[in-house]
Amino acid sequence: MPDVINTCGTETWFYSDTVKDHFFNPQNFLKEENPPADFNAFGVYGSPACGDEMKVWLKIDPENKKIVGYLWKTFGCASAIAAASMCSVMCLENGGLSLDDAMKITPQMIVDRLGGLPPRKIHCSVLCDKALRLAVEDFLKGRKEN
Amino acid sequence: MGQFVYLDHAATTPLDQRVFKVMKPWLTDKFGNPSSFHSPGKEAKDTVELARTKISKILSCRIEEIIFTAGGTESDNLAILGFARANVGAGKHIIVSAIEHHAVLEAAAQLKKEGFEVTLVAPDTDGIVGLESIKAALRPDTILVSVMYANNEIGTIQPVAEIGNFIQKHRGENKYPIFHTDACQAAGAFELSVEKLHVDAMTINGSKIYGPKGVGLLYLRKDLRVQPLQFGGAQERGLRPGTENVAGIVGLAEALELTDKEKNKEGERLIKLRDKLIAGILSTVPKTKLNGHSTKRLPNNANISFLDIEGEALMLYLDAKGIYVSTGSACTSASLDPSHVLLALGKSPEEAHGAMRFTLGHSTTEKDIDYVLKVLPPLVEKLRMISTNPINTTPSPSNP
Repeated sequence: MPDVINTCGTETWFYSDTVKDHFFNPQNFLKEENPPADFNAFGVYGSPACGDEMKVWLKIDPENKKIVGYLWKTFGCASAIAAASMCSVMCLENGGLSLDDAMKITPQMIVDRLGGLPPRKIHCSVLCDKALRLAVEDFLKGRKEN
Repeated sequence: MGQFVYLDHAATTPLDQRVFKVMKPWLTDKFGNPSSFHSPGKEAKDTVELARTKISKILSCRIEEIIFTAGGTESDNLAILGFARANVGAGKHIIVSAIEHHAVLEAAAQLKKEGFEVTLVAPDTDGIVGLESIKAALRPDTILVSVMYANNEIGTIQPVAEIGNFIQKHRGENKYPIFHTDACQAAGAFELSVEKLHVDAMTINGSKIYGPKGVGLLYLRKDLRVQPLQFGGAQERGLRPGTENVAGIVGLAEALELTDKEKNKEGERLIKLRDKLIAGILSTVPKTKLNGHSTKRLPNNANISFLDIEGEALMLYLDAKGIYVSTGSACTSASLDPSHVLLALGKSPEEAHGAMRFTLGHSTTEKDIDYVLKVLPPLVEKLRMISTNPINTTPSPSNP
């Protein structure tokens, strides 16, 4: 059994409407070079040589340990952009995820919310959960990066 | 809206209406099997042979040297596998260029499994395979050399006549090596005389020259020994058994005649549009690079790397604007590997991931090019805003 199951029910390259929506109108990406000064965690995963790189900046409320700000950038294909956008939405909805819950986000959860991705694209393009985890770890280590 | 700017003619061309017209009767009323001895069969047979004759004139070869196949891949396979297997006693070394189509590269890889040695000859940074590199790769046991006429991704024209002439002189009275060229992209744009090109085998297919899909041909010098890939009837000298695709063959001949006749005029028109597109992109979009030689390329091919962005994303943004192109990016290929052609030119993986191929054709107008030049820059800008700008990034944990 594969560890991530495609739910869009197709082997083709065509993307679900949700994927298209997030790809054409990505949410919460960092438009400038650097995030606002009050963002207190950073994670990066992947490499451009492999075709995908994901960066995640978080603003974590030090009191209640919830994610109240989420910005990202990616060098990646349509599914990488859509997944990054969806992951940011998942982290910010309902007043923001707790760090514990954020650490529990899996590629499967993102793929499900996107209405599926072509199977072979999942491993290479869903990197946002890894970058998110690294950002949370970065915060927990007490480091502050731009 | 409702734009339809198809710039992927290297992938496939639409069927020319004039071609469709001559094919039509052979899809409906005239359905005889060319192998049947009755009148409808004879009529079909005559038509196939008429098509063969027409094509032989364009290729300046003998009529019987044309083998009809089901397309470019099959022709390449028949030439490479069929010749190597039939001549294994003479030598077990073959040479192919590193920028060949997968139909040649994978056939060569198969031969490797069968005990052959394969030398892949790299192109220069402009995407041209020089005669000197071929010379350097030749061995006494080389039986076959295959170099494509024009590359399908970056459009670069290879010095086929020069290589062919050399190989012909090099082998002298000997039978080996022979020289094959895949002319799928060059057909309809350039000279196809096998005498002038000094080739012993040549692949052409219908779907790149405004002909039908699923039909192609292999020119095969008459005295070459080739083992068929499939077995059955005696059609195509036994080299390609199976009932002939009569309508397809009729269409292929018509398409080849039309494109060959119109190639100079159409070539001039396309070069102007191509150069306008290239100059327009390079001058208005920062961090872009043309891939492949600027003039020694197909009249219809522009291949440009957009740094910092991933090709699939740009391709789909263009798709949403009614512009249809291809990318060298890994993400759209079944293998998820970036373009082997761009990597062979010494391009970085990042350049390959951001490579877009625009291939123009009959329907392309100056208005189309203006539309692309208007629509493209903001899309690139948007994707770059999303992008991590990897060129300036610090090293990151590797992707498992």
